[in-house]
Parts: sequence; structure tokens; C-alpha cells
Amino acid sequence: MWKVTRDLFKYDGRFRIATVFLLAVLILAILSAVSPYDPGKTFKVPQDLPPSWGHPFGTSSRGQDVFWWMTFAVRNSLFLGLVTAAVSRLIAIFVGLTAGYRGGLVDRVLMSINDSFVVMPVLPILILLSFLLRGQLSLLMLAFIMGLFGWPWDARLIRAQVLSLKERAFTRTAVYSGTGSLKITLDEHLPFVLPVVFATTVNNMLWSIGMEVTLSVLGLSNVTLATIGTTIFWANQHQALVAGVWWWLAAPVIIAIILFLGLYLLFSSVNEYIDPRTRLRLIGG
Amino acid sequence: MALLSVQNLRAYYRTEVYGISRIVRAVDGVSLELQRNEIYGLAGESSCGKTTLIKVISGTIKPPLRVEEGKVHYQFGSFEIDMLHISPEDLRRNVRWKEISYIMQGSMSVLNPVRRVITTFYDIVTTHQGYTDRKAFLGQVRAHISKLGLPPDVLNLYPHQLSGGMRQRVAIALATIFQPSLIIADEPTTALDVVVQRGVLQMLKEIQAESNNTVLLVTHDLAVHANVADRVAIMYAGRIVEEAPTSLIFNAPRHPYTQHLIRSLPMIGDRSSRASLPGAPPNLANPPGGCRFHPRCPHVMDICRVEVPEMMTLPGNQRVACHLLAEGRR
Amino acid sequence: MSTYDKLLDVQRVTAVFHIGSIIGGTRLVAVNDVSFSLDRTRPEIFTLAGESGSGKTTLARLLLHDLEPTSGAVIFEGRDLATIKSRKDTLEFMKKVQPVFQNPFETFSPLRRVEDYLYDTAINFGRAKNRRMASVVVDEALHLVGLSLEEVTRRYPHELSGGQLQRVSVARALIPQPRLLLADEPVSMVDASLRMAIVNLFRKLRDEQQVSVIYITHDLATAYYISDRIAIMLRGLVVESGPVNEVLDRPLHPYTQVLKESVPEPVPEQRAQWIRPIDLGTTEVKEYARIGCKFAGRCPRVMDICRQTNPPDIHVEGRIVKCYLYQGQESS
Repeated sequence: MWKVTRDLFKYDGRFRIATVFLLAVLILAILSAVSPYDPGKTFKVPQDLPPSWGHPFGTSSRGQDVFWWMTFAVRNSLFLGLVTAAVSRLIAIFVGLTAGYRGGLVDRVLMSINDSFVVMPVLPILILLSFLLRGQLSLLMLAFIMGLFGWPWDARLIRAQVLSLKERAFTRTAVYSGTGSLKITLDEHLPFVLPVVFATTVNNMLWSIGMEVTLSVLGLSNVTLATIGTTIFWANQHQALVAGVWWWLAAPVIIAIILFLGLYLLFSSVNEYIDPRTRLRLIGG
Repeated sequence: MALLSVQNLRAYYRTEVYGISRIVRAVDGVSLELQRNEIYGLAGESSCGKTTLIKVISGTIKPPLRVEEGKVHYQFGSFEIDMLHISPEDLRRNVRWKEISYIMQGSMSVLNPVRRVITTFYDIVTTHQGYTDRKAFLGQVRAHISKLGLPPDVLNLYPHQLSGGMRQRVAIALATIFQPSLIIADEPTTALDVVVQRGVLQMLKEIQAESNNTVLLVTHDLAVHANVADRVAIMYAGRIVEEAPTSLIFNAPRHPYTQHLIRSLPMIGDRSSRASLPGAPPNLANPPGGCRFHPRCPHVMDICRVEVPEMMTLPGNQRVACHLLAEGRR
Repeated sequence: MSTYDKLLDVQRVTAVFHIGSIIGGTRLVAVNDVSFSLDRTRPEIFTLAGESGSGKTTLARLLLHDLEPTSGAVIFEGRDLATIKSRKDTLEFMKKVQPVFQNPFETFSPLRRVEDYLYDTAINFGRAKNRRMASVVVDEALHLVGLSLEEVTRRYPHELSGGQLQRVSVARALIPQPRLLLADEPVSMVDASLRMAIVNLFRKLRDEQQVSVIYITHDLATAYYISDRIAIMLRGLVVESGPVNEVLDRPLHPYTQVLKESVPEPVPEQRAQWIRPIDLGTTEVKEYARIGCKFAGRCPRVMDICRQTNPPDIHVEGRIVKCYLYQGQESS
């Protein structure tokens, strides 16, 4: 693992940039632990101060230090993205591998469930749920709900790959080696599926963080909680741009861009690395 | 003057992945001449460099493949070209299809799967001859097809509607429509059944006999060479080890590798035991020094391990690269 | 001979595929009423030869219990394969019948070490309890194919030659100590200088390990070299079968004759005959659906009756031929 990271860092510019960006965002999130201010409290600092040494990102019209507020916002948004990705990846891998390898009735049942999720309009449903549970909707619950919607496309992708792997001779070799289907799936097929899983993880994080921004800007999430989305919501509420408090809006937008770019670059760099073809070239094929 | 002369050609693949650089010496010191009006057979096992050699000869040199050294020189009827320095535009407009055409295994890639065969003909003829008259074009193609003994209705079919053998014969028809000086046939019958293979090769041979052009026939199947080629070259690990007229190669092979290949061929009616060579062809990223066959050679000598054997010409136009011959002469 | 005396008894198996949609699809009889058997005590190499579309690969899948026949039965050591359902029975069957695949580079996952398959096989079929004990079994099997454990340890498929990989593939198949190997074109992807090593290996296994081999190929020359008996397949039917030297030295069925004539011989002096033009005949689909003899469209000696009814099996000159030319010449 260390060697992989070192190689990527040494030979791939995208990976270097991604590391810097993501580290910056991560450090920001970690700093939330030592924040002098509670994000739930307002009017602890003077309002509408432009960026300065004392307040690097300035202060908001709600009397909060934007820098320290953002540490919580980033932490919560990342948490949401990671949980959503983890939940939906688990479902996608399980459904994709099972449907692909077992085939037959299992495949048909799983894929009809899959397709029902595909055709469900996610945004209206999320809006409805948020509206109904407004106030009680915790970040974890939101992440789980989004996770439940984030898997079907990727499950199909994994299934398609397993279907073609199943026809390859090495799967038959494993069968005639007396290997059971669970072990075939894990040993023979999972290594080929992992690049897809990784690619879709990053994709899924981007999707869920973006979705949360959408919900928040509409005012449908728990706006007392600091996230990238709620920051923008509050800034809009106080007409930050009209009032000239541009730093209040610039901070979340720039941090979101850095986070998204970092994730994207990490995705494309690592994806190329774990592509079986690259792995083959590396081991000298 | 030979149609094609290749001199001391070296073409390597250079790759670098995450700091690990590799050089694959796919073609490493090949010299050969193709004469007019002959079928030249090139034989060799997988990854012996024959595909790379064809890529260079036909001017499809793309990174990571690079020509390190050597000359590839053509003398067509009216003009000559240096394949390593020709502009892509010149190659496309004046050489491809018109002077050098290419038939490959399966030939699905030359026939567009979603268009009728006639359309592919149209595309090729119009880009290379500037035809605008559809009637004259159709006449030319029909005449060509019927001369080759193909049913005229194949032109209106889609490639997937043709059987493998018919598809390959259509590919040959396409490749010969401008009467090129050189036809490169790369494993043209490898995926085909024996009965169909026989038909396709018969057609190729007839065309050659009629238009007196040159065919470079590449296949690993020595029995095909025995029946089709005029001369045969045997490649091993990036080099040609022996080249001779077909009957000499089969009746009096001189290189130990060729001798082994010929002797190990099974034949119907003969159940005598066939031996197999120890070892395997070398990895061209890390080939053995000296003669590349020496680790497997039953007659290996000390000199074989250090010195690359020179190509020597023997009576009967037989060329062999083996230290045993120099030894015998001394 | 009762079924019990036979290692493998193929009884009139037929496999039908439906191609296309439910409406307007066509029936394709990939394997058509094929019967043959292998002796239990005397191991032999039996070749199934044919061109693409002859049904030889479908037949192999039927014999491996990969596919259920539409009618007829495959009986191995007295047990109808159709009765094998549970995982325990399947493993028991696989212990006795093992495949060797065509492409050695596809036989093993490029991302796994080849030795893993050998250890898996040894442990799954109960030849060893753990990896350490399995190494003895694995090494033994590798020695049978002329390799050793050191040569393959920690190797990925691309680090071995096609010939080596195919020998590893045979070694893997030998680990459960099977009675029958099914080798589907095992040398067609192996380089010429390494090919005979594999072919000779099958001979050695028959003689020294008492393993029967069903050798599936389009290559009549290697079939002649190693096999004891041969069955020539055309469009799902076995058109001629018998001892290999009888069938290929003096083929009786016109199709076998054309097939043999079309094999290029590595003798330049005989090329005039090979280059002689032949009739390539009709397309595949038409031949499958043909009533009467499937070869009638291309047969140089075709008679009226050939186009009307299917020729029966005729026992003549020590073999079975499906051809009307030999009607009335049956040997008892």
C-alpha cells in the first residue's frame, strides 16, 4: 500500500494535486475538533468582517467565524458522502455479484428490484422525505436514505462485468477445481470488479454531497447543522452577495470545488492504476 | 531490383509505467528482400516479432513501437519510397491499397459491420481513385468480383451475413482491387476450417499467378507454407534464423530450430514418435545473449552463448544464421 | 457389454438449441443422436474431430455435465449424469472427469497466481487438508507433466509460456486422480515447438496413469498421431467412427475424404494436389436444416436417396459410416 502511494505520488501529477487538495480539506475537517466556537451558537464575533488574520475567512452576518464554521461544514459533508458511498457500495457489490454469478431466478428478482430503484425519481422523494421529517432528519439518516438510492446503476455495472467474467475459461477452471460459488466470486471476480467499485465510490460521494447542497439550498435539510449546503443556505438567507459579504459564499463554494476536484483527480489516477490492464503491465505482462 | 528491401531493421517497444521501463526487442536485426512475382512465407511462433515486422513494413509504426535502426525501402514500378521517412499523407494517398494492401485474420475490421460490402468497396475506391461516377465504379467492382469467382450478390450483403471463408475472400477482393504490388496476408486463414482454408488460399494463389505481384504470407502453420509459398523465412525471437526456397527449407533445413520445427510436424499416416524441444521461446524484454536459440539448442557451443551468428548464404539461395555452419567450414 | 463395464457410455444424445425469439426462431440440432462408449479397464484416447459448427464442443459440454441433453443419456461409471444434482455428487463426478481447455492463457485468471488453482484443487477434492500438505500432491502432479513446483511458484500466467501453462492446466486436472480427461483443442493455441510435448503427454498419461482421454480437435494430423479411435462429426452427427488408422488411412465417408484431402501436408512436392480447386458448397445454416445426408450438397458422389432420408449407421470395414454408398456391404 505504501509503495503504491509512493509510486503514484512520484509518477502521477494528478495524484500529487489530488493529495494536496484532499489533505487540505481533511485538515480543515480535523480542525473542527479544536474549534474555539460552537457552530450552534450565533453572534459570538462581530458581524460581516472581511477576511483578516484573526478571521481568515471573515465573519458572517450571523456573527460566526466563517473559517471555524467551515471546519464543521466540511466534516459533516465528508461524513455524509462517505457513509452514503459505503452503504450504497455494499448494496451494489452484493446485488451485482450475486445477480451476475447466480443468474436465473435470483438474477431476475434482484434486477427487477434494481430497476424499480432506477426509475424512482430520487430528488422528489428526498424532498418529500426531508419535508416530512424536517427537523428530525439527522445527517446519518440522510446518508442512509441516499445510500439506499445510490446503488442501482452501479449494481447493474458490476453485474454486467460479472456476466462476462463468468463466461471466461478461468471461471470454469475454478468450477472444476471444486471451488464454491462464494469463493469464485471473491477470488476470481472481485479483483476485476474493484476498479468499478472504486470509480463509483468517488462518483457516489460527489453525487451525495451535491444532493445535500441541493436540499439545503432549498431549505429542506436540518439547517441548524453546519454543512457545505447549509452554509450556502444561510448566506443566501442573509443576501450575502447583495450585502457585499462575498466571503461567506466564496468559502463554501471554493472548498466544494477543491474537494470535488481532489476527489475527481484521485479517482482518475487511482482508477488507471488499479485497472487490471495497468496491473498486468506493471507485473510485466 | 527487389520490390522491398529491409536492411538490419531493429524495432523496439519502449514503455514506462510508474517508473518501470521496459524495452521489448521485437525485431532485432532483420534483413530480407521480397522479389517481384513471388509468394514469400514468413513463419514463426507467437511473439517472435513477425507481427511487429509487418507493422514496420506496412508503415503502421505507432508508439510505443519505435524503429531504432535500419532501412525499409520499396521500389514500385514508377516510384520508390523509404517507409521510415514517408509522410502519413503520402502513405495514405499513394501507397495504401494502391501499392501495398493488407489482409488480416478474421477481416472484420476492414469490413464495416453496419454497412453493406459494396459500401466498403465504394469508400475505398472513391478515396483512392477519386471516382464520382457510380456506374463506372459498380462496373469495375463487379468485374473484379466475378473475375475472382465470387457470387455477385455478396456485394449487397452485410459482413455478418457472410461465412468466415466468404468474408476472407471478400477481404482478398478488396485488397486486390487496385492490383497492388504487394499483398501482406497476416494469418489469413488461421480461424478458418481446413476445407475453407484450402479454398481461400487457392484463390490467393490464383490471383498472384495472374497479376504477378508479390504476396507476403505470414502464418505460423508450416504446412500452409509448404503448399503455398515460393520462399520461406523462419523467425525466432526477433530474428530471421533461416530463409530458403520452400523445398529446401522442408527437405534440407540447416538451422537446428528449423530442423526441429519440420521434424516435429505430425502427419496423417505416420505415427512415429515426435520429439519436443526443451524450454520455451524467450521473453523479448530480456532475451538471452548470443544466438537467441542457444538455451534450447541441442548442438549448442560456447560461441553461441556470446556471439550473434551472422547470416550466411549457402548454395541454392539458402540463408542461415547459425555458428554450426561456420564451424563446419573451418 | 453391460453399462457397468463401461467408463463412459454415451447413449443417443441429442442437444437442441433454439435460436432467435420464441416466434420465428429456428431449432438448431447441435448434437444429433450421438452414441459411443469408452471401456472401463482399457484406457484409450478417443478423438472427436470436426470443423467449427460440427457440435464437438457442445458434445464436450454434455459429457462434462455442463449441459443437459434434450434426449438420450450420458452414463459415467454406471451413473446417469442427469441424476447428479447435489454439490456432493457434482464434486464426486468432477473428481473422476476433468477438463483441459483450449486457450492456456485464458484458463487461469491473469490476476491470480497459477499455483493457487493447483492448491485449491488439491484441497477441494480432499487430497490434502491444508496448503502445506497439498504442496506434496501439487508437486507430484506437476512432475507428471514435466514441471516442478519451483518452476510455477509465485508465477502469474503471463510469466509462463503457453506450453508451460497448458501443462499446468493438465497437472491441475490430474490432481483429483480422474479416470477421464476431456481436452478441448488443447494444443491449437500452443506454439509449434511446444505442441508435441503436450500431445505426447496425453499418450504418457494413458499408458502410465491409466487415464482415458477424449481429445476434441479439428486437427486430423495430431489426432492420427495420438488417438486410438476417432469419430468424425458433421453438423451434429457422427458420420464415421472407428480405429484412427482405419478411418484416416482409408476414409470411407465422402466428407472424411474431403476433410483429409484438405489438410495441408508439410510436403512441398505434394502441393499440386492440394491446390486443386474444390467446391465450397452451401452455407452452414442450410446444412443444419438439410433433410437427408447433411453432406449431400457438397458430396461428389451424391445419389437421389441422400437428399431424401438420413443415412443409417452402416458397419463396414471395422467402423461405422453414415453413408448410403456402403449399404449392402455391411460386415456382421
